[in-house]
Amino acid sequence: MSKKELFLAALSRKRASLSKGWYKFSRNPLSVLGFIILFSVILAAILAPHITPYPEHAGAFTNFPESSLPPSLTHFFGTDTVGRDIFTRVIFGYRFSLTLAVVVLSLSVPPGVILGLIAGYYQRTWIEIAIMRITDIFLAVPPLVLALAITVMLSPNLFNQMMAISLMWWPWYSRLVYSVTTSLRHEYFVREAELTGASKPHILLREILPNCMAPVLTKMSLDAGFVITVGASLSFIGLGVQPPRPGLGTMVADGAKRLPAQWWMAVFPALAIVIVILSFNLVGDGLRDMFAVEEV
Amino acid sequence: MSEEILTVENLKKYFVTKQGTVRAVDSVSFSVKQGETCGLVGESGSGKTTIAHTLVGIYEPTEGKAFFKGQNISKVFSQRPKTLKKEIRIVFQDPGSSLNPRRSIKQILELPLKVHRICSNSDRMGRVMQLLRMVELPPEDYMYKSPQVIGGGEKQMVAIARALAPNPSFVVLDEPTSALDVSVQAKIINLLMKLQQNFNLTYLFITHDLSLMRNVASRVVIMYLGKISEVAPTVEFFQNPLHPYTKMLLSSIPAVSDEEESLKPKEVLSRGEIPSPVNVPPGCSFHLRCPQKMEICSQVDPTMVEVEKDHLVRCHLFSDGREAT
Repeated sequence: MSKKELFLAALSRKRASLSKGWYKFSRNPLSVLGFIILFSVILAAILAPHITPYPEHAGAFTNFPESSLPPSLTHFFGTDTVGRDIFTRVIFGYRFSLTLAVVVLSLSVPPGVILGLIAGYYQRTWIEIAIMRITDIFLAVPPLVLALAITVMLSPNLFNQMMAISLMWWPWYSRLVYSVTTSLRHEYFVREAELTGASKPHILLREILPNCMAPVLTKMSLDAGFVITVGASLSFIGLGVQPPRPGLGTMVADGAKRLPAQWWMAVFPALAIVIVILSFNLVGDGLRDMFAVEEV
Repeated sequence: MSEEILTVENLKKYFVTKQGTVRAVDSVSFSVKQGETCGLVGESGSGKTTIAHTLVGIYEPTEGKAFFKGQNISKVFSQRPKTLKKEIRIVFQDPGSSLNPRRSIKQILELPLKVHRICSNSDRMGRVMQLLRMVELPPEDYMYKSPQVIGGGEKQMVAIARALAPNPSFVVLDEPTSALDVSVQAKIINLLMKLQQNFNLTYLFITHDLSLMRNVASRVVIMYLGKISEVAPTVEFFQNPLHPYTKMLLSSIPAVSDEEESLKPKEVLSRGEIPSPVNVPPGCSFHLRCPQKMEICSQVDPTMVEVEKDHLVRCHLFSDGREAT
């Protein structure tokens, strides 16, 4: 068999394992539902300027004659107090929420995972003590409170909000990866790599890390929802996306003052938050099933 | 043939636990000759695996030394030179946990090749295929598979191929077949014997299966509670066992035919269980179960004596006799 043939065989095997993964994921119809909703939400957020009926309503815009209209065919989610289309603003609001989730996770997961790997591998040494105690200190402070403090200290805007939440999020990953690593490092395949003389980066990143990916990816998909909640909470008290830009939390906060008469101003942005969190959770469940160890 | 490749001198490995000090290996001395298969036999808890793990560097010995080709190897892997890691390899008992489920068989076999720079990057693929063919697995079918999807025997073959990848001279086989089906065991053993001949390997074969030992080992070392009770060439060991513990072990082998039954020492019945290595009985550690117990046995620990050439035994029955003459 030539090299090319071998490569093609490997490729088709890769494809087979992908479709097998999808099969396991799709055994739970709710996960598929979550995936579909999430996919549409992400697509809508990316294409927001093209698919929303009134893209100009996403910014500073006033149209007082049409203010505070209830949901109708022209304005699916109604309009707010200055006459902006809430549906448009919710879709644009997703842009900020999803960006927040992506940025926070990509800033906090890698350092958290690396620190967890190192601490778990050097269990019972000063390295572990140093890393894990610092992790514990961060875990002891409620994330929302610290993020709040940091955002207030700096100026309240989306960038600072992202930094503040990222700073709070990594310890969860170092805890998670730490606990998986401590149990993996006594497995014989890790021993074998050590006895062979493999480098520490190889042992941590190639032998141990791939076996941690299942819980990490599952947690990431669940956490994306939580990050959005924290972001919305900060926006709710005015420490996130600043008006006139549409933050989902800000919209809920503004609309809450009009409850219950003009319920649509708070209910639709709130529902939007619920739906995205729910679908992240459903996808997380599906991922967990997908990564469940196969019995041979 | 008679050159000693590995010498172990008074090796001790104690583990400190909350219940007390576990004397897993207590003053063990033996040697392994170039090209032979030295069998290390004992019940579970007798310290066989601890010796294996100490020799490859998972543990640092509490006391005593081990020499490999004249080089002191009584240190942990992190302090061993790379050449030593290439020369001494191990095959673990459970192939399920010794192969990383998230790496392909190709990646698993490539690691020792990369670490020890066995071949150039372009030859590596060929070498991996050669290794798989060596253990009778068609490379095309196995290379890109994950260890999760192949059977136990096949996994152990991959583990053997991995052990042999850097061309070692000494391989520790830590119960390589005890986790496998009987039907696969014979295949693995035959393969190991064939590889030994082809590559002039020296094996330290650890097992609790005496009948297996008879087929593979040229010399047998019997361990009991962290100490060696008897060392003998295999033929001698089965025909003329000296230590009461050895007799007990041999008489406990299930026999299929009457002919086989007649070959076994009959008088000894196994009684009792191996005591805890935390609480080793004083004197000879076997005296609680020994049918030929004497007064001295509960007080003085016997020393090793050479009864015949290459046949050593650690028992008062023989040390007394020697003193008398």
